Amino acid sequence: MAQADAGALDQNASVEPTGRLRTADGRPLKSALRRAQRRRKITAFLLVTPLLVFILGFFVFPIAQMMWRSVDNPQVVRALPNTLEALQTWDGQDVPGEAVFAALHADFVADAERPRRDQAMGPLAVRLNYELSAARGAISRTSRQAVNFEAPYREAFLDSHRLWGQPELWRIIKREGRPLTSAYYVAALDREFDADGSIVRRDENRRIYVQLFIRTILMSVAITFLTFVLGFPIAYYLSILPMRYSSLLMICVLLPFWTSLLVRTSAWIVLLQQQGVINSSLVGLGLMDDANRVQMIYNMTGTIVAMTHILLPFMVLPLYSVMRTIPPSYMRAAKSMGATPSTAFRRVYFPQTLPGIGAGGVLVFIISIGYYITPALVGGQSGRMISNEIARHMQQSLNWGLAAALGTMLLVGVLVLYWLYNRLVGADSLKLG
Amino acid sequence: MTFKIKLAGASAAVSLLAMGAAQAQDPVSLTIVSWGGAYTASQVRAYHEPYMELNPHVTIINDDGSANALAGLRAQSQAGNVTWDLVDMLPSDAQLACDEGIIMQIDHDAMLAAAPDGTPASEDFLPGSLGECFIPQIVYSTVLTYRPDAFPEDNQPSSIADLFDVENFPGRRALQDRPGTNMEWALYADGVDPDDIYDLLRTPEGVDRAFAKLDEIRDHIIFWTEGAQAPQLLADGEVAFATGYNGRMFDAIEVEGQPFEIIWDGQVVEWDGWVVPADGNNLDAVMDYLYWATDTQRLADQAKFISYGPARASSAALVGEHADLGIDMGPHMPTAPENYFAPIVLDNDFWVDYGDEMRERFANWMLQ
Amino acid sequence: MSDSGTDGFVVFDRVQKSYDGETLVVKDLNLSIAKGEFLTMLGPSGSGKTTCLMMLAGFETATHGEILLDRKPINNIPPHKRGIGMVFQNYALFPHMTVGENLSFPLEVRGMGKSVREQKIKRALDMVQMGAFANRRPAQLSGGQQQRIALARALVFEPEVVLMDEPLGALDKQLREHMQFEITHLAHSLGITTVYVTHDQTEALTMSDNVAVFDDGRIQQLAPPDVLYEEPQNSFVAQFIGENNTLDGVVKEIKGDTALVELDTGEVIDARPVNVTRAGERTRVSIRPERVESNKDRLHEDAHTVKAEVMEFIYMGDVFRTRLKVAGNENFIMKSRNAPDQVRHKPGSVIEIGWMPKDCRALDMPA
Repeated sequence: MAQADAGALDQNASVEPTGRLRTADGRPLKSALRRAQRRRKITAFLLVTPLLVFILGFFVFPIAQMMWRSVDNPQVVRALPNTLEALQTWDGQDVPGEAVFAALHADFVADAERPRRDQAMGPLAVRLNYELSAARGAISRTSRQAVNFEAPYREAFLDSHRLWGQPELWRIIKREGRPLTSAYYVAALDREFDADGSIVRRDENRRIYVQLFIRTILMSVAITFLTFVLGFPIAYYLSILPMRYSSLLMICVLLPFWTSLLVRTSAWIVLLQQQGVINSSLVGLGLMDDANRVQMIYNMTGTIVAMTHILLPFMVLPLYSVMRTIPPSYMRAAKSMGATPSTAFRRVYFPQTLPGIGAGGVLVFIISIGYYITPALVGGQSGRMISNEIARHMQQSLNWGLAAALGTMLLVGVLVLYWLYNRLVGADSLKLG
Repeated sequence: MTFKIKLAGASAAVSLLAMGAAQAQDPVSLTIVSWGGAYTASQVRAYHEPYMELNPHVTIINDDGSANALAGLRAQSQAGNVTWDLVDMLPSDAQLACDEGIIMQIDHDAMLAAAPDGTPASEDFLPGSLGECFIPQIVYSTVLTYRPDAFPEDNQPSSIADLFDVENFPGRRALQDRPGTNMEWALYADGVDPDDIYDLLRTPEGVDRAFAKLDEIRDHIIFWTEGAQAPQLLADGEVAFATGYNGRMFDAIEVEGQPFEIIWDGQVVEWDGWVVPADGNNLDAVMDYLYWATDTQRLADQAKFISYGPARASSAALVGEHADLGIDMGPHMPTAPENYFAPIVLDNDFWVDYGDEMRERFANWMLQ
Repeated sequence: MSDSGTDGFVVFDRVQKSYDGETLVVKDLNLSIAKGEFLTMLGPSGSGKTTCLMMLAGFETATHGEILLDRKPINNIPPHKRGIGMVFQNYALFPHMTVGENLSFPLEVRGMGKSVREQKIKRALDMVQMGAFANRRPAQLSGGQQQRIALARALVFEPEVVLMDEPLGALDKQLREHMQFEITHLAHSLGITTVYVTHDQTEALTMSDNVAVFDDGRIQQLAPPDVLYEEPQNSFVAQFIGENNTLDGVVKEIKGDTALVELDTGEVIDARPVNVTRAGERTRVSIRPERVESNKDRLHEDAHTVKAEVMEFIYMGDVFRTRLKVAGNENFIMKSRNAPDQVRHKPGSVIEIGWMPKDCRALDMPA
């Protein structure tokens, strides 16, 4: 068989005794090549620069900042430098002695002398309240009086607020008197520090996040599976239809993209609620008793139905784009070799759609794991996901450190899953379109 | 935004020329942050428009940023670029902002108008409503609303206790997905006097007692997140009871004609009002506006446009008819005597101190 | 050898095919292929040849008529039960399987044991000289290698009939010629009945025992390659196979195997009547360029000569190609071998050319 084997060297290049190639005018070939390619490299770099700057500025930087915020802990160090120093010799058991309280007084006085905007006690109050309820009140109320305290300071402080007499507050001050903290991650894992400083699980009635993480993952898996089950046949049908019909059907698939969230949400409510279309139809047809109407919204069912609807296109599009490229001759070849249609599908067609299934699955899973608007609107109590808690900490409780810790855990979780996917399937086989 | 300001400046400059240079004042534009929607509209009609008529050199720009007011104030303060002049926010957030030093402290009697009869501001505003940095405008309340057609005519609910009585008042309840109001009502329905509720909630036993009471209705609850959901759920017949802000419920009943009834028993009363960002650029103009916009008549005027009660005692008598609907607003005010018989005044200190812990327990309770 | 009887190994009996119910893509097809025969279906695209192949494979159903395989009608047998091997235009090698797995596939679905499979795969790969490639994936192979694997895969389960749908279309010329030889060689040495579809006439001529020329849903001529080339039965076949000079005219008279044709320019020439039957009929006379001669020494005494004006002379290495104006036709081509005594005609000169009457075939006038 004739092999086109083009191995001919450039005839203008001469070979030195050492084996290095030189150009016709004697410069080393490699450096000449580099010079020739430099211009192209610069052009390429200039072309990607805007996007690079955009990604750095609006993606990498905010994420880095979020991760930084999850461990950043400047409040105690900034507000109570003297107290922290005095606390170094404290045994951590009883209420500290006069020396510590004198240092605390000095810190309050120093803070009162700062310009109002630079004062550190407000942020400190907010920070300590994350660890101990009512600590905010203790700090902010005391800060108004402390300037006028006189020795012995210990009694004055103990009189001003009951919390100063609790060793727990002091343990927290000492523990959090470091510029970096793990406290947000400890809280994000439903754990807390006990009196000895070791990490233990929280009271059962304050555990939320671990359970929410697990539920979020389970719901995302369910949603991914449902979009696959619903999307695979649609994508297959789309891929074998002539273009003009397939684009019409594609519009139906893409419809959720083009309707506003509120319209979609109202539609689901109209359909799914107890007095809604589905329930009323079933009751009207006599298939269901009026007293036993099924709750399909404001719970996990609602979230799963709504999110499957929204995310279906993310499964269908990659599948469709992969299936379009599978020529019908593969199935024909398999049949001509004696495979039944089902064997041909299972062994020849289906394996070739795997890159599309992988891409769609990863896409749907990652999007659904971070979704929060829809669960908030139709999820009720059982259909909430971890992102709803993150959003709450970002917008309402303003505990950005905890939100950042939860967000970072979510991000790392997604990256781990992606890495696993890459190891098992290979990311280069992803086909998005 | 800058474009808008420039335009406003230009128009002010034009009117200035027309007026003649003699009595000219420097044009100033104030960025006032509020909640948007009907609420901002009521402020525009009661405060902003009349004030700009009186003071042609002032242009007021509305910014609907109150939902994230605290975050916005923090960001502007840290950046050293305060663009907000006046912010409408909740007292609990105002307290945090005040502690952080990013909003101004207010000397109430010096900075605010006295009542027409001479009562100083600190005494005229409803008790407990003024904050260190906070000037209340309105009283609003979270009330329980129900559908009369969900119950027989001779057995209509009338109290918060009925919300927790699933046997006599079956049907689902729409509650907000946060501990506030729900925990207060749980204790109130369990027989605790409104004045003792927060003392009890500061103890672990009190919290356990509230959750035990909430457990009784857990299977009958639908939680809502957005304010508009509660009246909608009630209107669709999905629930028999719903909690909601009295203003929204007023709209649903009087404007949309929904057949709801409000139970004023145990209404949870809260304030909403102004704070002044520290280091703003137009402090003098803001203080002038604030003095005028918080006087007795102005607060009474706002009630013409929305069913929230004025925060001054002296304003109550001046509350008239709704400007568009022609309904006498007096009986719809949370502060009307016939409604204000068993109020629970929201304790912001409690929620600021214990809010995180309560929210965690509530979230955990919802997960069960 | 093939004929139109029904005792062949593969038989199309009055087969018709329509996709839309209005027009027939295949019109009354009768074809019989003997066991071990290499038959090529040749024709322009849209002539129905691929449809016939697909009906034989079972991917299309005949609208009318019967297809028989080894005397059994197969119209209602699904493709996977027909036991016909097939090589596709784009090879259709399964990209997610190795070469070995591709070959193993037809054996696995037949439930063969592992050792038997391995033996057969090895033999099939050796047959196409690809024994060392069992563990490669199709994407790692060159076009020619993929072609061999596709061939091996179609043969590995030892089918009695193999269909090939333009299998060499994607290869470059040199490789194509090489593969043509290999495929024919393989097919003959294994004694397999082969139906080969192509639109490339060289391929058809060099490979086949018989060629069926398709046009307009019908077989225009079914014949061995040499007969097809030298004795085309109608002007479509003459035009489609090889290069062809045509002169239009009217039959004056038919005497035995000679017809007198008066060309449109008034000249009268002798021709062999092929599908003209009576005087007065319009005809198109066909002469192959290589049968035209200008060297008087080589002209047979019976040759018919005419005057021609040289329009263009093209030097092509092994041959000279002279474009002439003959009887009003300015594209009359004469091909002469590059022999030492061969004259290179100057454009503008008038020469005398001639041909044997038997090489000059009076055919039908296409509509």
